Amino acid sequence: MESYLLIGATLFLIAGFAHTLLRVHAGKLRPGRFNLASIIGAFLLLSVDLWFRGQVQRSCPLYSLFDVLLFMAWATALLYFLVGSAYRLSLLGVFTSPLVLLLLLTAQLAPLSRAPATPSIRDPWIEFHAALSLIAYGAFALAGIAGLMFLVQDRQLKKRMGGSLLYNLPPITDLAIANTRLIRLGLVILTIAFAAGFLSGMPVNTLKFWTSATIWAAYGILVLLRQIHTLAPRKTAILSVAALGFVLITLPAIQHLSSAK
Amino acid sequence: MTILCAGINHRNAAVEVRERFAVGNHELEEALTRMRGIDGLFGAVIVSTCNRVEFYASSVCPIRAMDGLRHFLAERTGCNELPFYSHDSLPSVRHLFRVASGLDSMVVGETEILGQLKQAYQSAAGHGATNACLNRLFQHAFRVAKQVRTETRITRGSTSVGSVAVELAGKIFGDLAGRKVMLLGAGETSERVARSLVSRGVRTVIVSNRTFDRAAALADSIGGLAVHFDHWHTAFDEVDILICSTAAPHPIVTREKLEKILQSHRERPLFIIDLAVPRDVDPAVNAIDNVYLYDMDSLEQIARQSIEIRQTEVDRCEQLIERHVGEFLTWMRHHPAMPR
Repeated sequence: MESYLLIGATLFLIAGFAHTLLRVHAGKLRPGRFNLASIIGAFLLLSVDLWFRGQVQRSCPLYSLFDVLLFMAWATALLYFLVGSAYRLSLLGVFTSPLVLLLLLTAQLAPLSRAPATPSIRDPWIEFHAALSLIAYGAFALAGIAGLMFLVQDRQLKKRMGGSLLYNLPPITDLAIANTRLIRLGLVILTIAFAAGFLSGMPVNTLKFWTSATIWAAYGILVLLRQIHTLAPRKTAILSVAALGFVLITLPAIQHLSSAK
Repeated sequence: MTILCAGINHRNAAVEVRERFAVGNHELEEALTRMRGIDGLFGAVIVSTCNRVEFYASSVCPIRAMDGLRHFLAERTGCNELPFYSHDSLPSVRHLFRVASGLDSMVVGETEILGQLKQAYQSAAGHGATNACLNRLFQHAFRVAKQVRTETRITRGSTSVGSVAVELAGKIFGDLAGRKVMLLGAGETSERVARSLVSRGVRTVIVSNRTFDRAAALADSIGGLAVHFDHWHTAFDEVDILICSTAAPHPIVTREKLEKILQSHRERPLFIIDLAVPRDVDPAVNAIDNVYLYDMDSLEQIARQSIEIRQTEVDRCEQLIERHVGEFLTWMRHHPAMPR
């Protein structure tokens, strides 16, 4: 049953993405309702899938890299609904759906073990920590996407290029605001997640601890520098994209270390 | 029932000819009444804009009605040789749909004509000059225009230097409400751009010109503030858009000067529109983070791109219009006896 749900979610996203590519080819970059509907469809199927697996595991399903990738895909879609409309960044959907699709495809096609790698620890603090951490990474993922959109729009404006991209991307000021707010949101959620982790008193691998602490500190410094106006929006966008790359590389490593414990 | 259309436009008549045929608001009612009085003519709509004067009518005896229309126009203008084009049903319907969609406009894809058509139709309907056939025709034309705008890129981008500048400001700042503009030099184009920006919600306009009186006069007319040219940089605080159009022979805004001014401006983007030739702003300024510099050439290039995009869309629009022309003519065939 769960695999059908995941296949269904993936098909929704593939259809949405293909439709978007066709629109882009026709010179219409602005996502239509189809793009939104495909993300909603995928999100609903993913939610049901998470619920089923949560029932089976009797806890939040976050015990294998497969679980983590699915949860992150779900969290990214959730944050897109919360943030995309709030900042009128509907185009974020064009960039969000391929990221969610990539996470889903990696989860399903990569040779990952789906069996819980760690025994189900029914400690609500640990579950809270794990779930919130992934939602925070979802916010960082969207911040990276907004940052990427900022850099594309900045290039269009600097190179004085007209054309579809310029007209369809949101105003650069809105993108800078969204980028900063998403980083702040992610940092707040990650801080709460880490606090929950400390409260649980779970034993933590040293490398995992320092990797997580580095990510937290990097985003913390980014927010601080933005706050005291020493970091221009363009540099913030570059750093948020770089930080997302770092998170995407280290997240599987962190999960591997957690599993190996 | 036959649809008739007669008129002149920017293609077949110069402005001095068009102005002789123009029908002002004050004479519209009388003109409509006289048109309705033409033997065999049932409904009438007059479209009179700066680029076209067109008469739409419906009739069951088109030859007689067209003769009457020619007679009415010759009498009205005192011209025996009318430079008018005239069409019967199919070309008339096609023509109206093309006009409503902006395909027949001087700037292809412009949307102002649709508002003017709606206004003309409402005036005619308000004076009781339309009939069911013309009502149906104009409603269909408005629907076609909407579909053409949403399904093609015919209205994509801006096609004049001023509108490109305003559109770019929107792409940089989003909402222009509360933004601050500075004019260095009080040229005609920069004044037009500033007025457009004010109409889009810009909060403050500061004008600085070598001749202070000219700056003061312009500032007064657009509700801004005038500053002496030698002190423009002291008034630069919180400026979001800088429009330059001085006659200076060398750049007056250099990278060094701007970097110093922008030290307290790091957070917000600065949009510089350099309309001066020779240029007022050193091109190296564009390399500063958060500063977007556009000169005349770059604005014109974007305007040209928009026109090219619109031209490539014309065929798609024509196909869409043809489909609707067919639909409308089918409807007419099924309703041969329309109420007058």
